[in-house]
Amino acid sequence: MISKNFITNLYLGLFLILVSLIDVSLNSFFKLNFTNFLPGSISFFLPLILGTIGLYLIRSDYTGLKQLDILNKNVNTSNFNAVLTLLIIFLIIKAIPPSMSWMILDANISGDSREACTGTGACWTYIKVWFRRFMYGMYPNELHWRINSAFILVIVLGMAGLLATEKLKKYLALYYVIIYPIIAFLIIYYLISGGAFGLEWVETGAWGGLSLTFIVSFFCLIFCFPLGMIFALGRRSSLPTVRYISIGYIEFWRGVPLITVLFMSSVMFPMFLPEDFFMDKLVRVIIAITLFEAAYCAEVIRGGLQALPRGQYDAAKSLGMGYWKMHIFVILPQALKLVIPGIANTFLALVKDTPLIFVVGLAEIAGMLAMAKTNPEWLGFAMEGYIFASIIFWIICYAMSKYSYNLEAKYKTER
Amino acid sequence: MNKWFGDFQVLKDINLEVEKNKKIVVCGPSGSGKSTLIRCINRLEEHQKGTIIVDGSELSENTKNIEAIRAEVGMVFQQFNLFPHLSILDNCTLAPIWVKKMPKKKAEELALDQLKKVQIDDQAYKYPGQLSGGQQQRCAIARALCMEPKIMLFDEPTSALDPEMIKEVLDAMVNLAKAGMTMIVVTHEMGFAKEVADEVIFMDEGMIVERAETKEFFANPKSDRTKLFLSQIL
Repeated sequence: MISKNFITNLYLGLFLILVSLIDVSLNSFFKLNFTNFLPGSISFFLPLILGTIGLYLIRSDYTGLKQLDILNKNVNTSNFNAVLTLLIIFLIIKAIPPSMSWMILDANISGDSREACTGTGACWTYIKVWFRRFMYGMYPNELHWRINSAFILVIVLGMAGLLATEKLKKYLALYYVIIYPIIAFLIIYYLISGGAFGLEWVETGAWGGLSLTFIVSFFCLIFCFPLGMIFALGRRSSLPTVRYISIGYIEFWRGVPLITVLFMSSVMFPMFLPEDFFMDKLVRVIIAITLFEAAYCAEVIRGGLQALPRGQYDAAKSLGMGYWKMHIFVILPQALKLVIPGIANTFLALVKDTPLIFVVGLAEIAGMLAMAKTNPEWLGFAMEGYIFASIIFWIICYAMSKYSYNLEAKYKTER
Repeated sequence: MNKWFGDFQVLKDINLEVEKNKKIVVCGPSGSGKSTLIRCINRLEEHQKGTIIVDGSELSENTKNIEAIRAEVGMVFQQFNLFPHLSILDNCTLAPIWVKKMPKKKAEELALDQLKKVQIDDQAYKYPGQLSGGQQQRCAIARALCMEPKIMLFDEPTSALDPEMIKEVLDAMVNLAKAGMTMIVVTHEMGFAKEVADEVIFMDEGMIVERAETKEFFANPKSDRTKLFLSQIL
């Protein structure tokens, strides 16, 4: 299968590829240029030419050498692909040293003032100094334990469902849809807001940072899902009134931009309320985002409902199940399973939309960044701040998407 | 009884009475309205004119009434229509527990008993996707029987199956017939009709063309349409 000729080609090819990679690496990491005796442009393109010839030489049909076959099948199918592959590898090699030196080697993290940042790289001191603000907003420093303990309580209660015994399992949906949100609201209200049980009152205007991102996302997520489910069912209802109300609701909220909804909720909405009726700005914002996202959830869930074959409805009906029993036990479990990727998509978008609450004067993590970067003492560190926020958002969103994959795998019962 | 799909009349002046414990086989070319007819009996399809009386009560707009009738009428579909997210056992116990309010323990005993009768009690904890077509259809029969229905409707139960699996499903149906269940079966399996049916109905273009005792039906069919159909199918 492997001719002697090909083995020679293989060694020669691998040698050429190695040379080209070494040349680029030396150039990138140590600023050495072996080939400077050649004219400028040739010296510049030499690694690419050598690498391409090398990849050409090792290209072959099935050889039986596993790694080589994988390489040939995936990236080395033609000269064009070989060039693209090499270019990408070279770009990565070239990009490593400057980004490394900016982020780590030339960066500063010690000290607690602007003067500590003497290097040419990133100033992580800035993040360190502002860290509490990014996490907790303008919430008083000595009261941060209240936010932490509220979150821990909410998470523990959220996990309580995992401990449910066989007997309690049927109440799980009830728990998560109705009881849990209420308890979570009370915990967050009394612990973070205070004003009772001897806890000092902290107005919601002072809340902020990542904790506010969590609070807003959390409540919007748990409320918009059941609401969306109701409107998805409503849109498919055979009762015209219900159907048209649902269609009207969905099309209205999908037709307006979130930013105007937020403006409305904070500026216009209070004007329509009776004078002695007070509703907190944060609550209004959460309601606005919930109503907005519920319309998107409804359409995603409707997609799942439509994907189910009619036979499932027939079978459930023929067993004597009414509308609600049919939907609760047969239709929704299957439809919701189908829409896990779509719902995850909507939820991720929701989390990343939360920075918009900045327009009504609430500063979650991105909002705190915007404030911090205009602080006269700390001008010029926007980059560090945005990288920090990106990493945090990425971690949150990646965790959510991983979780959605897990759910998909967990509920997969079909072949 | 008459039924229209839009302007198209699928069922024309159907007049049919089925006595208790009788087994009726409905046959006919595709598009003749056989399936629509039996789907009307538990109101999966709505009829527009005429009356349908099941076990003494008339099918009407009243949803409670319809649900009560459906609980008494078992149905088996061509595509099995098992619930893929539930195990075989849960498929069988779901309706008894939630519609008939049967205690879970009792429903499970009943389900295992019915599954044993169709010989798939050893598969009870698997999911429908893990079973063969024949096993799935037998499970669907057991699921319908768990509601302890008075009538069983079969809508081409073997049409989606491999030839090898048809027999196991037919065996289950023959056993059921011998146990005295009232059955209306839409099928092309003439062997089954000969073995268990009391009467055979031949339908074409939405009308009942011929209705006769089984022996009579196969021995001397009266109408030319029936003769033609039988000559092609046998």
